[in-house]
Amino acid sequence: MPLTPVNSTDMKKFTKAITFFLAIVAPLLIITVALRAPKADHSKLEALRQEYPKEHKSGVDHSKMEILQKDFNNPHEMTAACLTCHTERGTELLHSAHFKWEREEFIPGRGVTYLGKKNLINNFCTGVQSNEGSCMKCHAGYGWNDKTFDFTNPFNIDCIVCHDNTGTYKKASGGAGYPEMGPDGPDFKKILASMGQPKSENCGNCHFGGGGGNNVKHGDLEIALLTAGRDVDVHMGVDGAHMNCVDCHTAENHVMKGRYYGVSSTNTQRLNCEDCHTEFPHQKNILNEHSIKVGCQTCHIPIYAKVNATKMYWDWATATRKKDGKEYELLDADGNIVYTSIKGDFVWEKNVKPEYFWFNGTADHHLITDKVDTLSGMLKINTLFGEYRDRNSKIVPMKVHRGRQPYDTEHLTIIQAKLWDKEKGKGALWLDLDWERSIEEGMAYIPLPYSGNYAFIETEMYMPVNHMVSPASQAVTCKECHTRNDGRLATLTDFYMPGRDRNRFIDLAGQLTLLLSFIGIFAHASIRYMAARKRKTAQIQ
Amino acid sequence: MSKHKKVYVYQGFERFWHWNQALLIFLLAFTGFEIHSSYEFFGFETAVDIHNKAAWGFIILIVFAIFWHITTGEWKQYIPTTQNLKAQAEFYLFGIFRNAPHPTKKTIISKLNPLQRLVYLGLKLLVIPVMVISGLLFMFYRYPQGDSIAMINIDNLEIIALVHTAGAFVLLSFVVVHLYLITTGHTVTSNLQAMITGWEELEDEDDSPEHDVNSEKTDTNTSGS
Repeated sequence: MPLTPVNSTDMKKFTKAITFFLAIVAPLLIITVALRAPKADHSKLEALRQEYPKEHKSGVDHSKMEILQKDFNNPHEMTAACLTCHTERGTELLHSAHFKWEREEFIPGRGVTYLGKKNLINNFCTGVQSNEGSCMKCHAGYGWNDKTFDFTNPFNIDCIVCHDNTGTYKKASGGAGYPEMGPDGPDFKKILASMGQPKSENCGNCHFGGGGGNNVKHGDLEIALLTAGRDVDVHMGVDGAHMNCVDCHTAENHVMKGRYYGVSSTNTQRLNCEDCHTEFPHQKNILNEHSIKVGCQTCHIPIYAKVNATKMYWDWATATRKKDGKEYELLDADGNIVYTSIKGDFVWEKNVKPEYFWFNGTADHHLITDKVDTLSGMLKINTLFGEYRDRNSKIVPMKVHRGRQPYDTEHLTIIQAKLWDKEKGKGALWLDLDWERSIEEGMAYIPLPYSGNYAFIETEMYMPVNHMVSPASQAVTCKECHTRNDGRLATLTDFYMPGRDRNRFIDLAGQLTLLLSFIGIFAHASIRYMAARKRKTAQIQ
Repeated sequence: MSKHKKVYVYQGFERFWHWNQALLIFLLAFTGFEIHSSYEFFGFETAVDIHNKAAWGFIILIVFAIFWHITTGEWKQYIPTTQNLKAQAEFYLFGIFRNAPHPTKKTIISKLNPLQRLVYLGLKLLVIPVMVISGLLFMFYRYPQGDSIAMINIDNLEIIALVHTAGAFVLLSFVVVHLYLITTGHTVTSNLQAMITGWEELEDEDDSPEHDVNSEKTDTNTSGS
C-alpha cells in the first residue's frame, strides 16, 4: 500500500520537526529544569570555618591610655574617661535597647509603642517595675533604682559590663547596676587596661541568667556554652569554631543584630542563619526547598537545655507557704530548686524537645493595662504571629514557658508585684511573704489601680529557640515530621504535609478499588479454572 | 480452527519501553505509598530519593515513547472504536469460561482489542499525564513562594497531593487487573512471552502483511482500519 508522493514529503517535513523537538529540544528542556537547582555552596562554609576561629585583635592597648591610669572613686568617672576618646559612643548607648530597655516599635492595632523590659510583664519574675534595685544588676548603666533614673545622662552608662575582658568585673546584688568598689571591688586599673570587644562571658553575665538563675529563662543560653563542645553548640563549641556571641550578633553603633520576642515586636534587625550560610546550604535541594517554610532551627536544634535544665513551669500561686513558720526550699535530684517560699513551684526539664509554631517575626505583648480574658482561662504574655498562608512565616522551634501569676479579678488586669526591697516591711514579697501587700505596693508604684482582689491565672510565654545548634548528623530526621501520628509538627494543622496527612475518603476509595480488583480477579480466575476442568472432564468422557 | 503463525508483534523499543515502564510504575508505587506513610521499608528519605529519581526516569521514558509512537505511527493503535466493544466485554464476562474464541483478531496493525484501546488511551491521555503533572508540581512549585517558577504559585499542596494519591490508586488497580488479564491470551502465558520475546502466534490471515520485518514501517503507516 504505497503512499502518494505529495503526502510523503509533507509528512517527512512534519516528522522531521517533531523528531527534532522530541529528540533534542525536549530532553534538553527536561535536563535544564532538573539541573536548575542551585548547588550547595561548601566553599562558603569552608571560608566561614577559616574566618571565625580567628582571635580578635584590638587596635588599641588601653593600658597605654594615660587617662585610665588614675584611681577612680566611682563608676561614673570611668564612663566619663571612656567618653573622652569614644566621644560619640555615649549618644549611641543612650539610644540603645541595652540602656533604654525599650524600643519604639509599630504594632498593628496599637500604633507606635514604647515597649521593652522596662515596662513589659513576663511570666518569670513578672516585671522590673518596683524591683529595679535588684533587676538592674543586668542593666548596662549605673543607678537605675526607681523612676527618677536619668536616661539622658551618658555618665549613667556602664561601658565595663560589656567590654571588660578580664572577667573580674561584677555588678553588686541589689545595687541598681553599681559594681562593688573600694577594697571589696575588683582591680579596676586592670579591668580598664583590658577593655575590648565583648566576650561571650560578658554577654552571658546577664543573658545566661535571665529569670533568676542559669538557663532559667531561655533554655538555649547558659553558662555551659562557654565550655561545652560541638555536640551542644556547633558554633560556640570549644572543639569546633569556638565562636563568640558577637561573631554573629554583630553591632553597628551599638545596635545589635538579633531579636528576643519576649520584648521585641517587629520583623527587623533580626539575625538569620542564612546571613552566613546562604539560602542553599544543603547538598540535597529538597532540603533547601524546605527552608522556604521551615526555619533552619526547626531541624538543627532537635533539643535544647542539653547540659543544665531549664524552667518550664513557674507557679506563683503556691508562693508564701511556710514550714514551721519559716520559709523553705525543696531541691530535686539534680539540685534544681523545685519549690521555694518566695517564688512558688517550678518544673525543670533537660534535653527538651521544642514546640513548633508558624512565626513571621512580628509579635504583640499583653500590656499591663490590657484586659485579661478570664473566659479562655489562659493568658498569652506574648503572641507571636504567623500561619502557613503567610509568606513571611516559617515553622520555628519555641520554648513555651507556662505558669500561674496573679491578676486583679475586678479590674481584670495582670498584676505587677513588688518582689524585692533592701529591707523587710516595705511590702516586698521575697522578704515579707505577703501577696496582698506586695501587689498593693507593686501596682501603686506604676501607678495602676488595684481593686484589692486577686487570683491566679495560667500564663504562657513564647520564646523562639535559636541557640544550641546541633551537628548536622543529629538534625531532626524526615520521619520525625513526615509521620502519621505524634510527629514533631502534629499540632500545626493548617497545611498538608506528605506522610502525615491524607484524605480518608480517597484512601478508603483507593483501598476499596484495589480490594475489588483482587476479588474480581480471584472470582474470574476461579470460574475460569472450574470451567476449564469441567471441559476437560467432558472431553475425557 | 484457524492456522497460527509466529509473528513479530512487539518491536525492540516497544518491549524496552513496556518493561521499563512496568518497573518504574512498581518502584514509584512502592516508594510513593511509603512516602504516604502506608508502610515503612526504605525509610522516608530514601523513599523520596528513589521516588524522585524514578519519576525523572519515567518522564524521560515517556518522552522517548511519545517520539516512537509518533514517528512509527503506532499511536493509531489507540484510536478508540466501538466496533466489537460489546463483544469484547461479553467475552471477558461469559465467553472466556466457555472457551469461546477471542472476538477481536490480533494483528500487528491492530494489536489491541477495543477494550484495551479504550483503557490504554485513558491511561496515556488522562492518568499518566495527571500523575506526571501533579508530580512535577509536587517537585517544582517550591511551596507557596513558587520561587523560580512564579507562574505556578500554588498556596496549598493539598489538592496536588490528593490528585497524585488518587491517581496512584487508579494506576495500581490498573496494574493489578492488567497482570491478570495478560493470562487471558491464546494460552495463559502467550501474551507474556510475546512481550518478552516480541514473537507471538497469531491467527493467520491471508491479507495480513505480517512477518516481513522490513516492511513493518510502511505497514504501520497505513494501518488504522
